[in-house]
This record gives sequence, structure tokens and C-alpha cells, in this order.
Amino acid sequence: MSTAPTTTYVMPAPGSRGPDIAFKWVAVFAAAMIVVLIVMVGWELYYGSRLAIAKYGAGFLWSSEWDPVLEKFGALPFIFGTLVSSLISLLIAVPLGVATALFLTELAPLKVRQPIIIAIEMLAAVPSVIFGLWGMFVLIPWLRDSLFVWLKKSLGFLPLFQGPIYGVSMLAAGIIIAIMILPIVTSISREILRSVPNLQREAAYALGATRWEVLKIAVLSYARRGLFGAAVLGLGRALGETMAVTMVIGNRPQISASLFAPGYTLASVVANEFTEATTDLYQSALFEIGLVLFAVAILVNAAAQLMLKSMTGSGPIKVN
Amino acid sequence: MLPIKSKWFALLGALSALGATAASAQMLINGAGATFPFPIYSKWFNEYAKVDPSVRFNYQSIGSGGGQKQILSETVDFGASDGPMSDDNLAKAPRTLWHFPTVAGADVITYNIPGDLKLRIDGPTIAGIFLGKIVKWNDPAIASQNPDVKLPDADIVVVHRSDGSGTTYIFTDYLSHVSPDWKDKVGKGTSVSWPTGIGGKGNEGVSGQVKQVPGTIGYIELAYAKQNKLPYADVKNSSGNYITPTIDSVTEALATADIPDDFRFSMVNPPGAQAYPISGTTWLLVYAEQKDHAKGEKLVQFLKWAYSDGEKLAPGLDYAPLPDALIKRALEKVQSIKY
Repeated sequence: MSTAPTTTYVMPAPGSRGPDIAFKWVAVFAAAMIVVLIVMVGWELYYGSRLAIAKYGAGFLWSSEWDPVLEKFGALPFIFGTLVSSLISLLIAVPLGVATALFLTELAPLKVRQPIIIAIEMLAAVPSVIFGLWGMFVLIPWLRDSLFVWLKKSLGFLPLFQGPIYGVSMLAAGIIIAIMILPIVTSISREILRSVPNLQREAAYALGATRWEVLKIAVLSYARRGLFGAAVLGLGRALGETMAVTMVIGNRPQISASLFAPGYTLASVVANEFTEATTDLYQSALFEIGLVLFAVAILVNAAAQLMLKSMTGSGPIKVN
Repeated sequence: MLPIKSKWFALLGALSALGATAASAQMLINGAGATFPFPIYSKWFNEYAKVDPSVRFNYQSIGSGGGQKQILSETVDFGASDGPMSDDNLAKAPRTLWHFPTVAGADVITYNIPGDLKLRIDGPTIAGIFLGKIVKWNDPAIASQNPDVKLPDADIVVVHRSDGSGTTYIFTDYLSHVSPDWKDKVGKGTSVSWPTGIGGKGNEGVSGQVKQVPGTIGYIELAYAKQNKLPYADVKNSSGNYITPTIDSVTEALATADIPDDFRFSMVNPPGAQAYPISGTTWLLVYAEQKDHAKGEKLVQFLKWAYSDGEKLAPGLDYAPLPDALIKRALEKVQSIKY
């Protein structure tokens, strides 16, 4: 006689379904609220910018003028500034963050791990404004007198490192944002790397891999998707960083090939000019800048999701 | 013993009754707007609470733009603005809205050049620098005005405000008056399209940049420059004298400026011999007919106190008080506020 597995349905006790149903609806409500919130934010931004959209149309996105007196507005320098400063910060923070995470999960002796983890978490707790002040009074002078001078001397043949050095610059903004997104990239990378099964590492060792080869073949390629996700989360924060950036970027709406040149970001211009925007069109233009930032964040995330789909990792390599 | 629930309700009831009586004892008058006069307004409201404890003033320095918007939509009882309202904005007001000048301040030119020197500079030169036409410190235009000073052969780095502000309004208003080129290319406003230079956020941002980067020049409020001991230049006024920015030279500018009856005026480059040319006033925006009788009465009483006793507190905080003639005119207008 075979004992086929059966699922027996047990009648719930009377009155005990209440909490189940209540919980389900609370959870559905919470999830729905998030979607509703995003839609509402997008709608409010669109509604506030309709004056500017009517006046400037699509030309707003590639016009480089920002003249509040003549009421001629264009978002191109700000889009450029936001994307470039975020890109620089990713280029600095992701390798640094992943390397730190690797160190913490694979290489560090146990005693060293906890203090470093605490230090990284403290970095995340520092408010944006404090970073801005530190950037303005400590980082910028050092950059102006040491790092930028050295970069100009050694890499000055590249258009990236030409032009006068003021201290406040796109590169300074990128560095400050990198410091601010480092904790988030490191913590998430650490979690991702910890979730790589030990079996992967053991298999690689068994095949005769060295320490670095194990990390490269078994750990990093397995964790690739997760690490990419960590970078995307960092990028999300980088795109919206306002206070620290506005204190070190120089606030000049221009597009320049040089990283030493001052720039301007979408978030900074809104923070700087919104309270004194006395005319309706001016305010509407700033709303449209906010809408553009919202759209840029969504587009970047969507692009990242698409890239994620075509990526392998977080699972054994599929054999088909 | 009362059961726990009733005890809490009783406590809640007692507290709310207490809160209600406390609230009803004091009237609250709300204002919002300009950031420049925030310190002096705070002092006024503090001192006035001792004169009349039955009313409390609440002021939020959200910026002139915000102040104008709020008073137009009547979400506050009075507004405050560092620049006079434009005709377009004023036309949006539901009833007659009056401007009352309160105190004045000045924009000073601060700089970072080696050597403890006092710079002398005139309007067209400042315009040339901020237009990007004059690029070196030892340019003849600057050197000719400072014959006893050794100016360095260094690039001038211009620093301006990145945020919209009344300080920028006064500065660009002045440049528009002294330089037709500036008026044509840039114009005046709380935010403008700067031909050159880097932007710092707030007076702190500008002075931070100027302090740290050698060869910089920027504009900040007089009060700020004095309190932070920053060097500033003597500027040539329309009479040809180089004037040091002080409270007296600003009051002098007010005394000689041409002020129309609606008190919406610009006082840059006035004719006075001892007047400092880059000065500006800040205004309170009050409706000529107050909707709420009790609040209107208290507001008018405060304005009268401000113009008589309040003005005396201004120099202590590095603001220039209004000249007596102007105070008299303002008080006459305050008398005609209906409530």
C-alpha cells in the first residue's frame, strides 16, 4: 500500500480568519499606497510645470540658457551636470565599495570586521549638509592645492583635466557624492556576497583556483546581478543628492569638457532658486526641472532593470 | 479608583482645556518672507512681546518670493520682501496692498588679495569685472583707482550668489544703473544669468569661497561682512566720492533717494554726497484694509511701535534705520490702515 502524499485541508477555527484577512488588506494597502504616492508625485510635478511645458515645449530639454530675468529656461546643463556627477561618483564608489565588501566578507579577520562595519554605517548617518560643509572647508582646499594640481600635471593632455582650477568643480561634486553613496553600496554588496553559497567557493578551490580566482569565478560572477543592483541603488541616491553637491559644484549652468570646471545639477538649481521664484513662469520652469529629474531617475532605473535581465549571476550558470 | 481608561481621558481633557485657555489668551499674527531682515524682525517681535504680551508674532523667513505669494493668497497676515513687488504681482492682490519700508542694508564688495589693503572701486569697474571683461587684478581700470596699492598680476575669480536673493537684487539693480552694458546683457533680478563666475549658496557660500580661493571678488551683505570681519571695498558714488559702507552712509542713501508715495523704490546710486551707492531697503507687505478687526488693530499698533522704538534697535544688529522724514511718511500711511 503506497502512502501517497495527501494535503488535508483543516477547517480554520471560527474567528481565527480575521487577523489573516486584516493582514492581507493592510499589506495590499501599503503596497498600493507606494504606487499611488509615486503617481501623485509625478502628477503634481506635471501639473506644476504645465505653464513651462506650454511655453518651451520639448526645446526645454536641449536649451542651454537659464535666464530668470528674460524668462528663458533650458534644462540641458543641469541634466548634463546630474548625469556626469553621478557617473563620476559611481566610477569611484562602486569599485571601492565592492572591494571593501569583498575584504569584509572574504579576507578580513573576524576581529577587524565589526569596527569597519560600524565605521561605514556611521558614514551613512552623517547628514548631507555636514558633508557639504566638510567638502567646502576641508576637501576643496585640499583638492585645489594637491589632487587637482597633480591631475593637471600628469593627465593634462586629456581635455578632461584642462582649464583653470577653482576647487569647486564637477569632479569635487563627484567625489563628495561617491563618499555619500559608499555606505549603501558597501552594505548591500556585503549582503550579496554573503549570500553566495559556500559550495561555490569550495568547488572553485577544488578545481585548483587561487584565492583571487576563487573570488573572480565563484563569488563575483555569481553575485554580479546583485552587485549591479547595489550600484543602481547607489546611483538612485546620487541622482538626488542636493545640499552637499550645491556647496561644492560651483553652481554655474554650463557644459564643459573639463572636470575642473564648475557645473550645476537638477536638484541644486531647484534647491537654490525655488524660494525666490517670484513669477509663475519661473516657478513652473523649476517644477519642470523637478519633473525632468523624476523622469531621469525613472529612466535610469528602467535602463538598469533591462540590463539586469540580460545579466547572468545570482544563480548557477544556466546550461541550455 | 477610576479604571485606567477614564483616568487617561480625564488627563487628556484637563490638558486640552489648559491648552485652549493658554491659546485663547494670546493672539497669533503670522508673517512670512524675506531672509535679509530676519534677525531684526525676530528682535522686534521679542521686544514687542514685552510691550504687549497679548499678541504673539510668528515670522517664517522663507524668502521674498514665498512672502509675496503667501500675502497674495492671504495665508499670512503680513508679508515681507527684499525687493518691491512687480506691477504684475501687485495686480494679483485681491485688495490694495501697501509696501512699508522697515530697515535698510548694503551690499559690500569683498575680495581676497594678498596684503591687508583697502580697495577703491567704482560702478563701471565692478560691472566690467562681473561681466568678465576685466579679468586681471592689475588691470589699469582697477590700478588707476588704487595708486598706492600693489595689485597682483592674478586672474580675478568672480563669486556670485547661486540662490535667489534680495542681496542679488540690490547688486544687479545697482549694476544696471551704472552700466548700460550690464543692463542690456544681464538686467536685474533676485536671480540672473551671470556672464561669469561661480555661485555660492547664501552669504555663507559666497564668503566661504572668497575666503578660501585667492584672487576672488564677491558681494555680500554689510551686516554679514562686519560680523565675520571680512575686508570690503570703498565704492565711488554718483557724487564722485569713495564711500566706505557703514550704517550712516546707508541711512544717508535713503535720505537722498527719491521715494514715491507707494514706497516702492530703488535706492541704488542715489545723489547724496556721503551716500553709499549699493544699498537697499526691505519692506513689509500689509493690506490697506484688514479683514480681522482685532488682528488689524494689533498689527497697526506693532507697526507704530516698530517705526518709533523698533528703529532704534536696528544699528545694534548692523541694519541702517530709516531717516526721520521717511519714518514720518510711513507712520502717516500706517494711520490710514483700516481695520
